[in-house]
Amino acid sequence: MKLRTKLFAALVATLALMAGDASAAEDIRIVVVSHGQASDPFWSVVKNGVDAAQKDMGVKVEYLAPDTFDMVRMAQLIDAAAASKPDGLVVSIPDADALGESIRAAVGAGIPVVSMNSGSDVRKKLGALLHVGQTEYEAGLGGGERMKDAGVTKAVCINQEVGNVALDLRCDGFRDGLGGASEVLAVSMDPTEIRNAMAAYLTKNPDVGGILTLGPTAAEPVLAALENEGLAAAKKFGTFDLSPGVLKALADGKMMFAIDQQQYLQGYLPVVVLTLHARYGLLPGADVLTGPGFVTPDNAAQVIQLSKEGIR
Amino acid sequence: MAEQTVSAPGADERLLKTPLSRKLLNRPELGAVAGAVLVFFFFGIVAGDSGMFSLKGIVNFLEVSALLGILAIAVSLLMIGGEFDLSVGSMIGAAGVVIAIPAVQFGWPLWLCIVLAFGVAAAVGYANGMITVKTGLPSFIVTLAVLFILRGLTIGATRLITGRTQVSGIRDVARDDWLAAIFGGDAFTGLFAWMAEAGIIEKRMDGLPVVPGVPMSIVWFVILGTLATWLLLRTSFGNWIFACGGDKIAARNVGVPVTRVKVLLFIFTACAATLVATIQVLDAGSADTNRGLLKEFEAIIAAVIGGCLLTGGYGSAIGAMFGAIIFGTVQMGIFYTGVNTDWFKVFLGVMLLIAVLFNSYIRKKVTEAR
Repeated sequence: MKLRTKLFAALVATLALMAGDASAAEDIRIVVVSHGQASDPFWSVVKNGVDAAQKDMGVKVEYLAPDTFDMVRMAQLIDAAAASKPDGLVVSIPDADALGESIRAAVGAGIPVVSMNSGSDVRKKLGALLHVGQTEYEAGLGGGERMKDAGVTKAVCINQEVGNVALDLRCDGFRDGLGGASEVLAVSMDPTEIRNAMAAYLTKNPDVGGILTLGPTAAEPVLAALENEGLAAAKKFGTFDLSPGVLKALADGKMMFAIDQQQYLQGYLPVVVLTLHARYGLLPGADVLTGPGFVTPDNAAQVIQLSKEGIR
Repeated sequence: MAEQTVSAPGADERLLKTPLSRKLLNRPELGAVAGAVLVFFFFGIVAGDSGMFSLKGIVNFLEVSALLGILAIAVSLLMIGGEFDLSVGSMIGAAGVVIAIPAVQFGWPLWLCIVLAFGVAAAVGYANGMITVKTGLPSFIVTLAVLFILRGLTIGATRLITGRTQVSGIRDVARDDWLAAIFGGDAFTGLFAWMAEAGIIEKRMDGLPVVPGVPMSIVWFVILGTLATWLLLRTSFGNWIFACGGDKIAARNVGVPVTRVKVLLFIFTACAATLVATIQVLDAGSADTNRGLLKEFEAIIAAVIGGCLLTGGYGSAIGAMFGAIIFGTVQMGIFYTGVNTDWFKVFLGVMLLIAVLFNSYIRKKVTEAR
């Protein structure tokens, strides 16, 4: 009888512990509000990072993004997220003026906020705890310097989203890294239009020796344009961000470099940081730089498999 | 001719002969043709020596025009029939993914994937048409809903299956596919190679002709434009289209199968979108869930520039072709003018406005002169 009671008590205690443990994990709820739609290949990887962190940490994460690049809509999403009183809020800050008020309000309501991807320069001012991302200007600068070292004197930066501050900064950094002579070519998101615009531009400006694209959306059509014109060997061609097509071109030596900001980390780490902050009050001491990493023909092969899995 | 009209007031007016010149002037596409001439004239002056009107340059802007034109031709028929289809842009994205995922992920032969995509398109078009006709709701709203549903399904399904939103690797699968050759690549490559040998067209540094051939998109554009024009002007089905767009009830009363006509037109627009998607997927070697964004509006703009009325019952397929050519030419032309591309949209808008104003001015002049 006694033994049975003891056993029973132990069982109840164990169950209570397990239940307590499970409920503690479920209790933590984190909301991610980004400006990138899940349909963008870049943000698709960020979201994969968020999903993986959610699984690994055993917490509940909601991912929200406006369906177009719309800062007003994004501010409303941040307000809605803050109103739901999550244990942590992850935001990207592509436009501090438009989003600042909403972020400050969330911080004011006592919600721990971590910024990711864009907003490294403003996160302190807005009261975010930490930034996880890459500094765009420096990443562009690094690309420009590489091209300059390769002997490029005149280049073009292909921007498929003029008005996005982060992309504009990349082009600025690239121009400064190159030492001045780089134009911006604004294009649409349509692959045929990008390819033919590139061909038209090179016809008009045959002296351009270097090309930088700001994402795989533009990189693959530009590569097609260079191959069609028989110029793939004559021009130095680099891009921001990876895709299977870009990696294959790198492995084949048709491209010079891809600037990788390892955005999987930008989805994964903020969720981990906020979970640990909610559980134990832990916090890293400084902002986390996820990039820039350069993928070149030398190391492309090893990255290819990871890209297929949506991790790079 | 005018003399005859006056001298025989009692004669049956339907038997009167109209001179060919007057017939041409009365066509809805006249304004668009005039607008296209104006656009070419403008770029001829501003960018004449920049290579825009070299063989390569012409193929370059015609290719962009052709892809839009394939859509615009189908959309113009539907608009003449009195309906809109806003889901064509999303259909491009969806069809591309329907082709790419089975081909790359499941290893299906490419021709089967293309057939599947056209099957899906026919189903979407059928649904669009049946919902619109049976409920009597404006097609504007019905297809707007389908725009979101299709785009969302495309993104959701692609991410679920591949974990990404771009599916690459089509080029390897397409290499030996018999059906892919009809949609991708170039036509008349032999002729162009011969012309390059004969010195008629320029050669690249590596000895290949500067243009390898006529892109298949342009071939399809011309074929579809011809077929649609023949259908509209020379067949009873064409008359039914005009009748449906003019007055649906009157058309039904005189025995036009309105439901069948409209549903077929919706299927045609969805299939045209799939054709564009197939060409782009084979051309770019990848599919992307974002393809075709805003193309529905560009297609409607091209159809309206080409003389289609937003109210239905009037318009032409040739007009839509010229509308697409105006749009594509202006879009690519800016890269030859050397204008800073920050101003691209202003330039595009102003050029389109001028083309449309000129278009309606010419049409008005001609109708006044009657």
